[in-house]
Amino acid sequence: MSKLSIMMNGIIKENPTFVLLLGMCPTLGTTTSAINGLGMGLATTFVLLCSNTVISLLKRVIPDMVRIPSFIVIIATFVTVLQMLLQAYVPSLYESLGLFIPLIVVNCIVLGRAEAFAAKNTPFDSLLDGIGMGLGFTLALTLLGSVREILGSGKIFGLQMWSEEYGCLAFVLAPGAFLALGYLVAIINKMKK
Amino acid sequence: MKKLESTLGNMVIVLTLVSLVAAGLLAVMNEVTSEPIRLQAEQKEQNGIKKVLVIGADQAVTVAPAEVKKVDEQEYTIYKVTDAQGNALGAAVKTSVQGFSPNLTVMVGFDAEGTIKGYEILSQAETPGLGANVPTWFQADGKGSVIGKNPAKNNLTVSKDGGEIQAITASTITSRAFLKAINLEYNALFGAGEAHGNTGATNTQK
Amino acid sequence: MGYILIIISAIFVNNVVLSQFLGICPFLGVSKKISTAAGMGAAVTFVLTLATIVTYLLQQYVLNPFNLQYLQTIAFILVIAALVQMVEIILKKVSPSLYQALGVFLPLITTNCCILGVAIMVGDGSYNAQGVEVGLLSGVVYAIATAIGFALALILFAGLREHLELMDVPKPLQGMPIALITAGIMAMAFIGFSGLV
Repeated sequence: MSKLSIMMNGIIKENPTFVLLLGMCPTLGTTTSAINGLGMGLATTFVLLCSNTVISLLKRVIPDMVRIPSFIVIIATFVTVLQMLLQAYVPSLYESLGLFIPLIVVNCIVLGRAEAFAAKNTPFDSLLDGIGMGLGFTLALTLLGSVREILGSGKIFGLQMWSEEYGCLAFVLAPGAFLALGYLVAIINKMKK
Repeated sequence: MKKLESTLGNMVIVLTLVSLVAAGLLAVMNEVTSEPIRLQAEQKEQNGIKKVLVIGADQAVTVAPAEVKKVDEQEYTIYKVTDAQGNALGAAVKTSVQGFSPNLTVMVGFDAEGTIKGYEILSQAETPGLGANVPTWFQADGKGSVIGKNPAKNNLTVSKDGGEIQAITASTITSRAFLKAINLEYNALFGAGEAHGNTGATNTQK
Repeated sequence: MGYILIIISAIFVNNVVLSQFLGICPFLGVSKKISTAAGMGAAVTFVLTLATIVTYLLQQYVLNPFNLQYLQTIAFILVIAALVQMVEIILKKVSPSLYQALGVFLPLITTNCCILGVAIMVGDGSYNAQGVEVGLLSGVVYAIATAIGFALALILFAGLREHLELMDVPKPLQGMPIALITAGIMAMAFIGFSGLV
């Protein structure tokens, strides 16, 4: 597999959100606006990239039976590092993502890629896979966030497109998350045919 | 290099090592980031005081040391602000109330008569989406503006409870909590209540 | 009174799945049949209650006194993973019938984010305690109510999906999209509870 195709795999063919349907909690919970979706996506990318590389480097020294606990410790470490960095340098993002930052630990994508890819491939390939998957996730979250923001409050990335009065509040609230994602997945299914 | 066998010894050693390295790394990171985090919080508080009293960021003012007041188990932090000539500009009061989710920390700026000049949400643990628009809703250009109102003259409760403030759509609970915070803060600033020194320390915590 | 408010709020008003978006993976993954949904609901209730008690004690008596709050995420997830393993082993020995009913769901629970999410909220004391003092008792009540809310949403959703199987759904919407849209309409219905507390 060429290096480029490893990266593209995560962005399009095996897009974690639209195709694999993994990591649904942050996908639905943090996409109230495009910027929040982008922030969550990049935060997950950071963790995915670090954990994939480190796990791939350590894959030979970790015995099979304690594989999962070791992976979880490694992932949780990077998540905590990220949490501290965000709190110190990007406090506004830290506040808007809230509980969903520590919950990156239990995001199926991160552990799933560690298990399915990093534990079997070279560190460099794993790094690329992390970047690809992370970008695919970021793209999906930003898209979903944009759709919800524009339908819900008539804004995109905080830029007012039309009056907020025309927005449908439900899209910013919980139901809109499910509805918007459902229709986006349906559109993608249609396009794949 | 061959893959390590899953013997008990190997497993224990590897898990312990991984955990130790992880804990060590986190301890270092904690050390590095704790100072910026503290500064952030301090900066935010200073900016918050200026913002709620509508003072330009570059205007020189004196903020009196924080005064912690306790009324009915509720704790208030009061910052009295004067300009360069020593004229009182008003006071900013900070308190936390139980909202839709707990710890909605609200800072409100009152002028000498008790008219609300501005407010700022310092921290809130709302679920993203629900009730998260408190920071804009009650501003002067928001739908439920409280700016320029005075808790002594205006009935600052949501219209559902007979007041004159329009609650945030689908977030009545958060709106009630917010307005309750304003009224409590007004009472703490102008009403009676035993002062607890002006060190700003949190030694009055229960 | 406060405890009743905690329970109503956690089950209906702030339903863990439909308004807080925690535990979506099992919600979408194991909701094809009512019976499996009920099993998953029971398993989550069991583990969530235990995990909340253990992590709360860990937070109060280990992390807070030694100023190790920054190890919270890592410590909690390890405790939850270990706890799930232990529950699995004990159930296998003590009650084979219960093990058979819940066993398959247990490994899935470690990565159910509603467990870690609730544990963190109770550990930090940042859950909605409705005026009751934040502590072990109200934390556990909150955890149990959250789990019941999870089970309720899961079972209702499974019931709807059983019917969906028989429906003539447009091709692109088949499978996950229609499930998500159904969940969206359910979430809308649950918003109707928001004035209750």
